[in-house]
Amino acid sequence: MRKIWDIHGGIHPAENKSQSLHKPIENAGIPKQLILPLAQHIGAPASPIVNVGDRVLKGQMIAEAKGFVSAPVHAPTSGIVSAIESRVIPHPSGMSASCIVIDTDGADEWIAHRGTDDYTTLSKLELVDLIRQAGIAGMGGAGFPSAVKLSTRDDKPIETLILNGTECEPYITADDILMRERAEEIIAGAKILRHIIKPNKETLIGVEDNKPEGIAALEKAAEGTGIEIVTFPTKYPSGGEKQLIQILTGKEVPTGGLPSDVGIVCQNIGTATAIYRAIQFGEPLISRITTVTGDACEQPQNYETLLGTPVQYLLDKSGFKKDACIRLIMGGPMMGYTLQDTAVPIVKTSNCVLAPTVAELPPPPPAQACIRCGMCAEACPVSLLPQQMYWFSRAQEHEKLEDHKLFDCIECGACSFACPSNIPLVQYYRASKAEIRQAQQDKMKAERSKERFEARTARLEQEEAEKEAKRAARMEAAKAKAAAAANAPDSSKADIIQAAIERSKAKKAESADPAQAAIARAQAKRDGNAEEESPQEKTERLQKLFASAEKRLTAAKEKLALAQEQQSDNADAFATAVSKTEEKLAAIQQELTEHRASLTPPPADATSADPAQAAIARALAKRAGTTADESKEDKTARLKNTVSTTEKRLAAAQEKLALAQEQNDANVAAFATGVEKTQAKLDTAKKELSDHLATLAPSDTAKQIASDDPVQAAIERAKAAREAQASMSDADKVKQNIESLENRIARTKEKLDAARAEGSDTADILADSLAKLEAKLAAAQQQLS
Amino acid sequence: MIELIAQNPFIASLVALVGLGLVFGALLGFAAVKFKTEGDPIADQIESLLPQTQCGQCGYPGCRPYAAAIADGDDINKCPPGGEATIAALADLLGVEAKPLDAAEAAVPSVAFIREDECIGCTKCIQACPVDAILGSAKHMHTVIASECTGCDLCVEPCPVDCIDMRPIETNLQTWHWDKPKPVEDLIASDRGTAAKSGAAA
Amino acid sequence: MGFLKVSSPHAHGPMSTARVMRLVLLATIPGVFSLTFFFGFGTLMNVLWASITALAFEALALKLRKRPIGFYLNDYSALVTAFLLGIALPPASPFWLIMIGTGFAILICKQLYGGMGYNPFNPAMAAYVMLLISFPVQMTTWLAPKGSFAGDLLGPIDALRYCFGFGREAIDAITMATPLDVLKQNNSLLVKDLWEESAQFGQFAGIGWEWANIGFLLGGIYLLYRRVFTWHAPISMLASLTVMSALFYDGGSSASGGSPLFHLLSGATMLGAFFIVTDPVTSAVSNRGRLIYGALIGVLVYIIRVWGNYPDAVAFSVLLMNFAAPFIDHYTQPRTYGHKLKDQQGGKS
Repeated sequence: MRKIWDIHGGIHPAENKSQSLHKPIENAGIPKQLILPLAQHIGAPASPIVNVGDRVLKGQMIAEAKGFVSAPVHAPTSGIVSAIESRVIPHPSGMSASCIVIDTDGADEWIAHRGTDDYTTLSKLELVDLIRQAGIAGMGGAGFPSAVKLSTRDDKPIETLILNGTECEPYITADDILMRERAEEIIAGAKILRHIIKPNKETLIGVEDNKPEGIAALEKAAEGTGIEIVTFPTKYPSGGEKQLIQILTGKEVPTGGLPSDVGIVCQNIGTATAIYRAIQFGEPLISRITTVTGDACEQPQNYETLLGTPVQYLLDKSGFKKDACIRLIMGGPMMGYTLQDTAVPIVKTSNCVLAPTVAELPPPPPAQACIRCGMCAEACPVSLLPQQMYWFSRAQEHEKLEDHKLFDCIECGACSFACPSNIPLVQYYRASKAEIRQAQQDKMKAERSKERFEARTARLEQEEAEKEAKRAARMEAAKAKAAAAANAPDSSKADIIQAAIERSKAKKAESADPAQAAIARAQAKRDGNAEEESPQEKTERLQKLFASAEKRLTAAKEKLALAQEQQSDNADAFATAVSKTEEKLAAIQQELTEHRASLTPPPADATSADPAQAAIARALAKRAGTTADESKEDKTARLKNTVSTTEKRLAAAQEKLALAQEQNDANVAAFATGVEKTQAKLDTAKKELSDHLATLAPSDTAKQIASDDPVQAAIERAKAAREAQASMSDADKVKQNIESLENRIARTKEKLDAARAEGSDTADILADSLAKLEAKLAAAQQQLS
Repeated sequence: MIELIAQNPFIASLVALVGLGLVFGALLGFAAVKFKTEGDPIADQIESLLPQTQCGQCGYPGCRPYAAAIADGDDINKCPPGGEATIAALADLLGVEAKPLDAAEAAVPSVAFIREDECIGCTKCIQACPVDAILGSAKHMHTVIASECTGCDLCVEPCPVDCIDMRPIETNLQTWHWDKPKPVEDLIASDRGTAAKSGAAA
Repeated sequence: MGFLKVSSPHAHGPMSTARVMRLVLLATIPGVFSLTFFFGFGTLMNVLWASITALAFEALALKLRKRPIGFYLNDYSALVTAFLLGIALPPASPFWLIMIGTGFAILICKQLYGGMGYNPFNPAMAAYVMLLISFPVQMTTWLAPKGSFAGDLLGPIDALRYCFGFGREAIDAITMATPLDVLKQNNSLLVKDLWEESAQFGQFAGIGWEWANIGFLLGGIYLLYRRVFTWHAPISMLASLTVMSALFYDGGSSASGGSPLFHLLSGATMLGAFFIVTDPVTSAVSNRGRLIYGALIGVLVYIIRVWGNYPDAVAFSVLLMNFAAPFIDHYTQPRTYGHKLKDQQGGKS
């Protein structure tokens, strides 16, 4: 007889296991619909690889593992994927999560699969990968992906492989019946595991002594294999991984550590069976044995259940009396959680559905005061002082809780079970654990916020200082210039030209690479560093200022219009004005979106986790949309391109306006504003283009100086354009449009020819814009006729 | 001299007291120089308890200034994002009475959300954000880096088109947890009926 | 009807607070029986009146605190306090003395601190000490045990009469110093001679006292068997008392403090060990802590009995150690699974 150790504490709840052991395992069959949550395991949820409407075959992978600690999901039978949506999943919160829903077709058609004839020829890595691909996750309750557990590092030699057949929770018999009926498969799985892990000392199967039939079956199957079946006295919670390790080896898993730290790997016997089937037959994990029991079920028994089977389906099969049952538990009475909805599916970890009657598990009576009797401490398997932790939990004394090793609590429920005052101790610990974690996260977030705030403050201060320095420098320069002008009047003209050249150079440099600037900014933000302001950044800021100025202008105009309306003391008119303003806004937004769409290809990866990364990606995309290395010609081309796209939009807006006018639509005003705005923008763009062309000829200084205040100029132009347009009829507008389009086509053709002759990169863009212009022209002509 | 002192208890005590005063004064003076602390340690400690939302709801431009103000004797109950927990922590640190929050209610933890199709790209919110948690540039859509947003709602006011919502942070599967049970000992008499009934059922 | 949403565990053990308290009440029966057998119906009268007043005070306090009265009276904790106080008081104490005692215990020591579970001191012992200090005459008047005097034992009617103050003078005829008193006053006789000289002494200790203590010991063993408390605190208290009395027995000289057996079976030793020291609310929580807690009580009992001013000392010792319980708790946290003992200690300091 092997030496076994004892664990501290423990309790002896009524076992209630015999009810569900009268009948052998029954195949539950195929329900109409299977619901497969993407997260049936601990770790990252799997990611779907099928689409709604796809036909899937039994055993086909329908969601792949996402990351190392994850497990794929397979179709448990053949059918059509009818939805990929949020469904209530088995979770104590009763919340929903993404699931793949399969409408079964009853054909149960397998996908082509084959097993391994001789697993001993495969390497450890290959076998672990097969297990990973089979989607096997711990079936005892926690659902930790088995492949991860088996990926032991070579520098940590494993001494003992333990298979957990303890099943210490009352009511559950899934492992018991598995041992009775499929002991050979368990042993075969154990052999595979032994081959993978190569424990240098022993392979044990731990079983509580309340399962004599199971033990006998296992012992028979294990004869001559060297696998030892170890039995020990029944006590809850012997089946906890850490507790079982202590019982079988006397070792304790260090806090925060893994069993492998003490040279042990532990797997559930159900998992061992699943691994056997995956390796031997190539069958992924698509079904499991689930106990359906409790006095509210007329025929409690174990079912071979397809994953995704709704709990209701199993309950119906077992003669569930709904009226007799006030709580439905997934798992056992000690650690299971309540279900609110019988539509939730069976998942990889669902070892039991417990439907007790009121008399069997009465609702919790009101808690009385803690009298510190210490029965909880007597019951605690990890030697905590639950009564002390209860006080600290209520008093929110997080530090004391951690001192009392709250995080070593395995939430087995022994303390609550033993508590004579019916205090829901475990719930306090769960809540406190969550509170402490939350507090830690809040603390971290506060730290980060503080850093970001400080970085921002520093940056703003620096900007302010630089602005001040520049202003001082400008004043110095002006003084010097005045002095120079007084001293040498002849050279003044040359100076102005020189200055213009300087400015144009500066401008070019500024506009050279906005993407670069955006990247720099994004990175600076992410790092939380205040960076010295570069010319690019300044450009950005100027652009912002320009935008906000424009915005203020429109806002002011709107307000003016509104005020005028109000003076007429007409409430209706006021309402109309408001709605018009909103429509205008909508129009502007649409315009903006169109503009953006025309300028930039869609963001590369909108779902990117890191927002800064996304910003960089967007900026890069933007740069790709313009040109990578902007020469003078490139800039010209880009500006022209802008002009042409704006024109295109103008035409579209005008079309819409005309249509709206025809239909006497309420949106006329909005469209009119849209047209106006687009026209103004077009004018601005044209102006910019001409300015740019002008800068190419440095002699044209007057124009350059005139454009020093582009905002003012743009406003002026916009006003002028609107006035001009207001006096025009639709036909005139279209005619004017056609005229300008023809002009532009001619110019663009010239440019295109020149570009082709030079073999410049801009040729494509020009050709593109030419095509667009021609299309627009055609549209306009059609409109006219 | 010594004789004089020995013979006059009054002088003896005077000498002793003055001597002690000098010795301890020198000791304290030395300690003040030797163990001089830079900055304001109390303000630092206070600041570490504040939630760092930088929301300015306390009337100071950020958490650090408010921490300094508390260190100078301002009330500890002006931080709605921190709520009762922060007040309790501050009261504990400073050894003063915890006061009720100086606001209608504690702020619900929330995060700013820009309705992106309504955003006109004005950058006003970017300028308002105290922690640089809004991305975007002029005339381009802006968006909030939710993980960096402190929920201070300073960006809501400047938005000209009201496209920013403060959305309470919703519980998801990762953040869900059991709440603490309501302690039954604290039942008031009006609950007696139900408590007694369920007690009898037990 | 929806299903309940409750946190696990869903099963609950058979133990309840009321059941624990009922077991404690049940376990006092042998001791109370012995006391009644040897000292008459005085103790029963005490217990009865203490119970009535304690329940009344408890109900009053709950009413004032706006708590559900029935729910809390059902936990039997007031009755336990009343029983312990009633047993500890001299038989046939006057009604007002008992009433002041239970009032102090329930209102001041228990409900003012927040009710059951929140009291830092054992209410019965705190009340006993308060009465001892305030009313030393009444509190030190013990009846003579059966067989030590010629008269009859106190009958139920007399007990009732004396309790409510009718003909209380007559009670003086049947009072006698307790054995602990006698030993304390002794400064000339060898223990052996003292034994023969005084009528109070029986086989091992005082007549009646020895059997009352054996009765409480039996009750305590029953509670241990029912796992109402662990053995640590009572056994370590008895052990340390034994060790102390053995160390200072001095071969039974006139300066002797009395034999170990005498101390174990005298005064409130067994009542204290199994019914007071084990009061979970006010004692240390961990098993290691309870060993220390119990041992120090044993030492204190001996010190106060032999060298102090008062003949018995269980109440004082328990109260003193109630003060120390949180301190003991702080340093005796058990080693948690997966932690090294060193880490655990280091983590706390």
